[in-house]
Parts: sequence; C-alpha cells; structure tokens
Amino acid sequence: VADASMHVEAGLRARPRPQIVAHDVSQPRRGWTSWLITTDHKKIGILYLATVLVFFVVGGVEALLLRIQLGTPENTFLSPEKYNQIFTMHGTTMIFLVIVPVWAGFANYFMPLMIGARDVAFPRLNAWSYWMFLFGGIALYASLFFTPPEAGWTSYVPLSEKEYSPSNGQEAWIYMVHLTGLGSIVGAINFIATIHNMRAPGMGWGRMPLFVWTILIYSYLIILALTSLAATVTMLLLDRNFGTAFFDPTEGGSALLWQHLFWFFGHPEVYILVLPAFGMFSEILPVFARKPIFGYKAIAAATAGIAFLGMLVWAHHMFTTPMSTVVLAFFMLSSFLIAVPTGVKIFNWVATLWRGTVEYRVALLFCVGGIATFLMGGITGIFLAVFPVDWQLHDTYFVVAHFHYTAFGAAAFAMMAALYYWFPKMTGRMMSESLGKVSFWLFLVGFQLTFLIQHSAGLDGMPRRIYEYSDAAGWGTMNLISTIGAFVLAFSVLLTIINLVRSLKRGTVAGPDPWKANTLEWFTTSPPPENNFDVVPRVRSVEPMKDIRRQIERQSGVAARYETGKPMVRA
Amino acid sequence: VPPLPDKRGRRRALAGAVAVALLGALVFAPSAWAGWFLPESGGSPNADAIRTMYILIAVLALIVFVGVEGLLIWSLLRYRARKGRVAAQIHGNTQLEIGWTVGAFLLLIFITVFTFVLLPDVKNPAASEIDENGNPVAANVRYAQTNRPGPPAGSASMNITVVGEQYVWSYSYPGEEDVLTYTDMYVPVGMTITLDIQSKDVAHSWWIPKLGGKADAVPGYTNKSWFQIPLDAIPEGEDRVVFDGQCAELCGRNHADMLGRVIGLRYDDWRAWYERKAEEIQEARDEAAQQREELQAEEPR
Repeated sequence: VADASMHVEAGLRARPRPQIVAHDVSQPRRGWTSWLITTDHKKIGILYLATVLVFFVVGGVEALLLRIQLGTPENTFLSPEKYNQIFTMHGTTMIFLVIVPVWAGFANYFMPLMIGARDVAFPRLNAWSYWMFLFGGIALYASLFFTPPEAGWTSYVPLSEKEYSPSNGQEAWIYMVHLTGLGSIVGAINFIATIHNMRAPGMGWGRMPLFVWTILIYSYLIILALTSLAATVTMLLLDRNFGTAFFDPTEGGSALLWQHLFWFFGHPEVYILVLPAFGMFSEILPVFARKPIFGYKAIAAATAGIAFLGMLVWAHHMFTTPMSTVVLAFFMLSSFLIAVPTGVKIFNWVATLWRGTVEYRVALLFCVGGIATFLMGGITGIFLAVFPVDWQLHDTYFVVAHFHYTAFGAAAFAMMAALYYWFPKMTGRMMSESLGKVSFWLFLVGFQLTFLIQHSAGLDGMPRRIYEYSDAAGWGTMNLISTIGAFVLAFSVLLTIINLVRSLKRGTVAGPDPWKANTLEWFTTSPPPENNFDVVPRVRSVEPMKDIRRQIERQSGVAARYETGKPMVRA
Repeated sequence: VPPLPDKRGRRRALAGAVAVALLGALVFAPSAWAGWFLPESGGSPNADAIRTMYILIAVLALIVFVGVEGLLIWSLLRYRARKGRVAAQIHGNTQLEIGWTVGAFLLLIFITVFTFVLLPDVKNPAASEIDENGNPVAANVRYAQTNRPGPPAGSASMNITVVGEQYVWSYSYPGEEDVLTYTDMYVPVGMTITLDIQSKDVAHSWWIPKLGGKADAVPGYTNKSWFQIPLDAIPEGEDRVVFDGQCAELCGRNHADMLGRVIGLRYDDWRAWYERKAEEIQEARDEAAQQREELQAEEPR
C-alpha cells in the first residue's frame, strides 16, 4: 500500500517518473496446464530439471546393467547386442539428456535472477527450447520399442553406416541430436542475449557472478560446437538413406572425416559439460568459506581461455589413427595448454578456502569432493595428452576412468551441489543436511570405488566397450570392485532423491536467504514471484547481497549498537 | 660430547630416501605391479619406452596430486568455521596468479621435452637383433636411429600386413608363398616386425599391450606400427613366447571376441613353421584347383 503523503513528499524532491499503473493483476496460473503453456523462466527451469532427473535415473540404471554384466568374467546377463545398445544409450543419455540440459535448467532458473532480470530475453523461444529437448529425448527412447542404436555415443563410421547398423535406432539417435541440438542452440542464443542486455544497473562484466560467466561461455561454445554436430549427423543421415558417400572410402569418402567432425564438436562439448560446474564451485565456495572468491578476474579469464583452447584439441581423441607426427605434436601441446587455465581455477578455489571460515554444508562438501575428484581427472588427462602414452591407454578402461573423473567429478558433483544450494530458493524449503551428508559420503566413496580401479583395468589391457572378458584375462577382481562401487553410488543418489521428495513438503521453511549468500537470487522471496523482483538494486560489487546486508546493518544501526555492548532492544 | 643430531637434516634425508625408494619402486617394479600401476611392457622396446614416459609423468603427477589435494584438505580442516574465527577478506594476489601459471607451464614444458627425447625409441623401428638368416648381429654394428618409417637401412626386418575384419585379424606374411594366418601371428624373435594395418570393413584397433601402443585400422587408410620381441623373451626349455591382445576399437556386437595373439619363435623354428605353412597352403590350393576341375568336368554341357 502506497503512502500518499510520502508520494507527495518524494514528488516535491524529485521529478516525477513515468509509471505503469496496473488496473488488474491476473492471478498466477496453477494446475498442470500451466506447465504446458508457461514461458516463465523459473517454471521452464523446473521442467528442465525434473526431466533431467528422470533421464539421470534412467541413464544410471543403464550404467548398473552394464556393471552387472561386467561384474564377473564370462557373464551372460546381457547379450552382446543388448550390451552395445545399453552403453550407447547410457553415454548418449548422460551427455545429451542429462549434463547439457541440467545446466540449461539451472541457468534458466538462476541466471536471470543472478543478474537481476525479470525473465530471459525471449521467453517463448525459451519454452520452445525446452520442448525440443524433451522431444529429442523421447525420439531417442522411442527406439526402445524397435531397436535402440548400438554404435556407441560417438557413432563412428563405418560402423554406424547402414551396411553395419541397419536398424532405425541410428536414425533415432540422429533425430535426438538434431532436436536437442536445436533446443540447445536456441537456448544459448537466448542466454547470450539475456546476459549481454539485461543485467542489473551497475553490473558490469567485472561484477557478473562467475556462474553467469560460465553460462555465457557455455552458450558460445554450444553455438560453435552443436551447429557443427548438426551438419555432421546430417551427413550421416544422407549417407544412410540418400545415397551420398561422405564417409564411405569405397566411394571416395573418408572414414576419418567423421572422427574429425565429431570431435570438433566432442571436445568443446566436454567444456560445455564442465564449465558451468566450475561456475558452481566458484559461487558456492565463497558463500560457505565466508570469504570473497580468490582471483575473480583470473577465474573468469581462465573460463574464456579454456573455451578457446577447447576448440583446438579435438584430435587428441584420435591419436591412434593414421596421422603425421606434426599433427600429433600440435594436439598434444594444445591439450597441455588447457591444463594451465584449468590448474589456475583449481588453485584459486583452494585459495578461496584458505583463511576462510568454512561451514561444512552439503553443498560445500559436494563442491570440495567435486574439485578433489576432478583434479584426478585433470592429471590423468596429462597422461593421455602425451600421444605415445596414449597409444597404450587409448580406448581402454583408463580412458573410461579419466572421463568419468572429469565429467562426473565436475558435472555430477556440481549438479548435486547446485541442487542442495538452490533447492531452498526453488521451493522455499530446506533439504535435510544430515541425510544430505550421508548421501555425499556414499557418493564420494561409491564414485572412487567404481572408477579408481578402472585405471588399473585399463593399464592391464582391458579395452572399452567389451561385453565380456575371459577369466584368464585376470580382470575379474577389478571389475567386481567397480560394480560394487556403482551400487554404492546409485544408493547415494537414491538417498538424495528421497531427501528431495521429502523436503518438498516437510522441509524447514527457508526464507529468502538461508545461506547468507552473495548473489541477487537471494534478494527475492523463495520461491520468487513470477517477475522475480519489484525493485532491482544497483550493483556495486560481485557480491551485491553482502553490500545490501552491510547497508541495512549500517542504516539500522545494528552493528554500531552491537559494538557499544548495550543490550539490543527492539524499537 | 658427541654432537647433537641435526633433526632437520635427518628429516630431509628421510624425505629424500622415501622419494628415492618410491621412484625406485616404480622403476624397478616387479611385474605384478605393472598390471595395476603401469602400462604393460616387456615384449618390445617401444612398449618399454612408453612405460618409461609413463613413469616420469606419474612421478610428477603424484607430486602435484598429493600437493594440491593436501592443500585442499588442509585448508578445509584448518579453516573450519569456529566461534570467534573471522574469515580474511582477501580478493586475490596477482603475484601468486602469475606464479602458479608459470609453474604449470614449466612443468608441462619439461614433460614436452622429455616426450620428444624419448619419442624416437617409440616411433622408429629398432634395428633387428638378428640378420635375415637368423644369425645374431652384434649391438655395435647396428645402425643409428633416424626418423624413418622402417628400421635402419641394412638391418633385416619383416613386414606383415594386418587386416581387421568383423571379428577376426588376418596376417599376410612377406614372400612369394602368400602365407596367411588368422588370429595368431607367428614371428621370429629378435627380428624387427613392421606392420601395415588395414581394415576391410569398420574401424578396428590393433593392440597387443606388451608389444607397444595400439594403431587403428581404418578402412581406406594404412596405419603403421612395429615391434621386436627380444631374443631372450622365450623362457628356457620352451619353444615359444605368446603375447595376448584384442581389438580396441568398437567394431560391432562381437568386438569383445576379436582376439589377437603374437607368437614368438626362435628363428629356425619360425623358418620351419613358415615352410610347413606354405606347404599346407599350397596343398590346399592344389586340392581346391583339382576339385574345381572335377566340378567343371561333371557339369553337363
């Protein structure tokens, strides 16, 4: 309710400003149809996240099936055909339907809030992006009713050509790439337009939250990488169905062309997966260390550096193909270079904890666990970048371990951290910290148990993507340990899902800012209203909420009174 | 009065001893270690060179890993929130940023240099330990290494064409007899074997872990690799040494069953095997030709 006298007083002092007068405020829509027609970035964010959760569980169950098959030598639990289909679906699901869209989901919900915007630049296009993603997922999983694809998530030619993979599953895979890719590209344009144009007053590039920085770079990478992939899979579609021979060596095509084009997308894709995870680490660590992020500019610059170099390393996935030494050396050195900005980030995170006052919240634990795990993946990456060493390690379980340490270590840990950190904002309720801690420790132990031993399996000569191995190979113990670890990991995810469902109704009411956090999403109510903010504050630093809290303390005199030692009495 | 022991010096000596022991354990690890911590080796000089590279990176990686993880865990424990503790409001330190950037660069430059120093041992086929008649060649008459696709000029070598197809490896041996075998490759020990690796259908990858790195068989391309089984690889009292491997690039449903083996024989044994094989193949050819003739004769005109 406006105070009339105040208006008059204000009007006397300042020139009147144009105002929008609302005659009629429509009630926010509820019910299930509101989810179908919504263009609210927060609802779309929740749609993304809920869909991702379903695919994460499906992809996880697929992983368990693979681990059961490999748990003992000469196992007949899965046929070779089923095994190939399941690992193809597992990889494809986790990459295209879980990790890429999970960041689209969190960014949808939080990026506009963090920059003080009322929605994204193109809300309807935003809804379209989500539906394209969902239809892409459905296109892939519809193939369960005929024949799922079985040429791996990399779909190397000639194996994925019609002659060797005659089923329509490969087409389902191509359509999935097209639909989710279109959704991602349009979503990325939307994010870029929003971040460039709709930041709160005062939020220059140097005051933008680091998560928003990573989402900006993620969006640019999506535009560069996924457009290229769209062209690549179209060539495969034409080869398979319309008589072209881009990849057929007997007709003058090249089987290596696919690998180059695929990895030209595939390696930037790795950074599409992990950069927003790095953004999460950079947001959550300072909040719970109660200390500003160490080296803000270095971290932002490292993000851009990683993205740039990430475009120049693709052929390190192809060190064992026929290539000249000069090319091998180039890609080895460019891959080495990426380690530098990545290392800079890790050092800055450690320095952020240093001399802070660290609160062991679940979100922080997942961040630290993620960094510790990712470090291992980064270091094994150096082994793989040295091409003669890669000749031994390539396409073995060492590589499987490496990319799970990076993709899972960064992305999945960060995903869990983001869930525990932002759940109160999205629902207005807290998740259980104690259940969360149990889930975290099982997650960490389960992960290490599953993947650490896979380095050894790879060194011992176990190739990827084999549905069985003989007893004589001696890989039985290693694989059994890995399988047990996978079940521990799955159990920990189950605990978090239970925590999530319980907390929706029974969690403690959170209030607008339960963590005393730094960024603008905590300035509004939990959950935020449809248009986020009534007033967008002027931003004066990377930590606007800290500034606002300080200002309120100063204005209310709380701090001054506290320092005088007099009892605090309410006025 | 005996001088007091220098505690710091002793601690330093202890740390040094541990480091040397660690390094030594890695370098002279028994074969049991290899499967868990090191790439397979022992069947060919290139595999051994790769292992040496791996060890160097592993030692550096271990130091970085322990250092950073240690700092991370230490910061977490040391700076845990407690009553009365205040977080230092530090925003960064440019010197530190430059320091760790340069440090990372230097480490990588060191690995790069080391890699290129060792690279010729991996990439260039070594000179054979025996000549074309199976007689040992003294080490000092072997030729110096240069960057070339084959072994040094004047050294005996054998070129075998490896062809991958779903789901079997085939090997064509040199010579007019057109000897061809599947799955098992028979070679004389001590001889440098150069491989031309090709594919008939989808992509495969040739890999016998103990004999060095893998090389993809991509249709339309010829990939190169080599190995040389040491003369002393065959155990005393036995006539052969066997190295297992399998296809390392997804090639379809039975990818897991596409096995390959390399069997090393002493030169004379290998010669005998080759002649027997050539004979068998000739016999089979003659038989087939005869059957063809008979069938043609039977066919009504």
